[in-house]
Amino acid sequence: MKISMFHLMPHRELPADFEQRYHSVWVDPPWWELADAERVGQYYNWTLDELIHAARMGLDGICVNEHHQNAYGFMPGPNLMGAALARATNGMDVAIVQMGSTLPTTNPPIRIAEEYAMLDCISGGRLVAGMPLGTSMDGNLCYGVSPLEQRPRYYEGHDLVLKAWQAREVFAWNGKYYQLPKVNPWPRPIQQPHPPVWVPGLGSLSTWEFSAKHDHCYCYLSYWGSALGKRVMDGFWDFVAARGVEANPYRAGFLQLVVVSETDARAEEEYGPHIQYFYKKCLHIAPEYFFAPGYLDYRSLENTFKKGYLKTQLEITEKSAKWGYKDFVENELVIGGSPTTVRQRLEEAIKKLRVGNLMVLLHIGSMPHELTLKNVELFAREVMPHLRNVWTDKWENHWWPAKLRGPRTQGVEP
Amino acid sequence: MTPPTERVVSVVDGRIQAHVKTAGAGPPLVFLHGAYGLAWDPFLDALAQTHTVYAPEHPGTTRGDPDAIHVLDDLWDLVLFYDDLFDQLGLEAPAVVGHSFGAMVAAEIAATHRKRVSRLVLISPIGLWRDDTPVQNWMTLAPDVLVKAVCADPEGPIAKQAFALPEDPEAQVDAVVQLTWTLACTGKFVWPIPDKGLKKRLHRVRVPTLIVWGQQDGLVPPVYAGEFARRINGARVETVDRAAHLPQLEQLGVVAPMVKSFLGQ
Repeated sequence: MKISMFHLMPHRELPADFEQRYHSVWVDPPWWELADAERVGQYYNWTLDELIHAARMGLDGICVNEHHQNAYGFMPGPNLMGAALARATNGMDVAIVQMGSTLPTTNPPIRIAEEYAMLDCISGGRLVAGMPLGTSMDGNLCYGVSPLEQRPRYYEGHDLVLKAWQAREVFAWNGKYYQLPKVNPWPRPIQQPHPPVWVPGLGSLSTWEFSAKHDHCYCYLSYWGSALGKRVMDGFWDFVAARGVEANPYRAGFLQLVVVSETDARAEEEYGPHIQYFYKKCLHIAPEYFFAPGYLDYRSLENTFKKGYLKTQLEITEKSAKWGYKDFVENELVIGGSPTTVRQRLEEAIKKLRVGNLMVLLHIGSMPHELTLKNVELFAREVMPHLRNVWTDKWENHWWPAKLRGPRTQGVEP
Repeated sequence: MTPPTERVVSVVDGRIQAHVKTAGAGPPLVFLHGAYGLAWDPFLDALAQTHTVYAPEHPGTTRGDPDAIHVLDDLWDLVLFYDDLFDQLGLEAPAVVGHSFGAMVAAEIAATHRKRVSRLVLISPIGLWRDDTPVQNWMTLAPDVLVKAVCADPEGPIAKQAFALPEDPEAQVDAVVQLTWTLACTGKFVWPIPDKGLKKRLHRVRVPTLIVWGQQDGLVPPVYAGEFARRINGARVETVDRAAHLPQLEQLGVVAPMVKSFLGQ
């Protein structure tokens, strides 16, 4: 089992009536009314400190991602964060998991081949190269990519980056979207033939096919927990079986919100408000921004609507508007409580979903810095050691930096 | 009224099977639909009384053939697609009537192939941009905002008809999928701002042109009527009261005779 801490870098201090007063947390929230650059500088530094703390406490990886024009999580340049993290964690047994730079919004996409190679060099070969498609809000609304082109640009960008990393000769790229006369990136990654590639997705068939075709790790990143997650991941494993691919749990990643305290009651008291803040404010996204027409290709569109994933998600969103901490926990969106409770629940979820690469969101919404450090510490000391050996009996994590695959040399043991 | 018949025409070297609804008798008229796709409506019935109407479905919007859109990469490909299609339909120089997105395409065709269009009718065309009066992006508006921008009477029968979804849940999902894909296939050529250079080409339009605009159009405000008119030599502008972005349906009794009279001149 590999467990990484994911951080979104959200706005931590949105007004109490944010979701009533403002149209959307993404695309058009007014910066000048809602944020202060000096304070935001503090958020970035807290974010880095929290992730570095997780690395010191023995988490297997630390994850950042790319989003634009929002208060939900605003690291428009994830590799800027990645660079700081790689430098600060040199010599540690921790992967730099970039989840990551978005290919269709980076022009030309070899910029990502270059920046990821830099991160791999700086970190000494500890990079996981996440290759997200990017959301519709980011790609289509903020960066102006034509929705129908987002996926084909992604595929072409992916092929270009993979070739750019591995080619021994300088080559010309005559693509549909990108034309480059002499491709020869400096530097190239340490990891050969290339760093492990993780592909985040939301349950679309096209992304499953893409991950399987290239033998990448598929990561289901959602905030809807293991109940909806089970439906999607069952679909994924059925797909894997039908394709005749080895059902290695490390082929899959999953994101889970996790909060740990001394007791179940204390967890509710400490984390309850921050979980509500996250679901009510950070996810206050105007529905009309979610899927610009063409963002989902025709088959994914059919799959998403006909299988009812979207409907289920919208139903949960609607219901959760009235939820308190207990509802989020009981409905499995959040795994929270005492170390014993969290251990049990998390182990069940991991096994039920059959995931080897778990990402845990340990900073949630408005959580202050000190409480985040506490969550990280309790998770690392009291929960993680008990989960480490899940899957290790039979399976090897081919989707992890090779130098970090062996037994850990640092970190907290049970 | 006789229902339209459907013709399937092989174009772009056999790579697209274009579906064209056709009805009526008289001189040929091509109608290019807007971003919501082709619906054979009373306006087309009215045109079919005096013309042979050819109404092609934009590539990718034909049910069962979503991938046709991937044959065309850009606006230039789309204009050539219509050049091919006119050839295959045996249309030397038909009248061309377009609505919204379809009107932009009609203007592009007339500006590119000066002899392919005999008369041009642009109903609420997109294709130009003013920073002081931006065109609303219909693909990312909340449904309640969209209906108010598009229909002068958002509660009226035209609004209900334009935005109605089937009651049956399965049919509803199917309709949403089809509509979303139709918006995607048309949006491909104009995302994210529908200003793709038509302003540089409109001066090439040399045929008699009628520009029809709904006075309450909240999607592409009527100020754009002047923007089109000043670039097309001799163009005539008609603004229609109590109509927004669907004047040909909202004020059928005004717009249909207006268009027919213009075409008959």
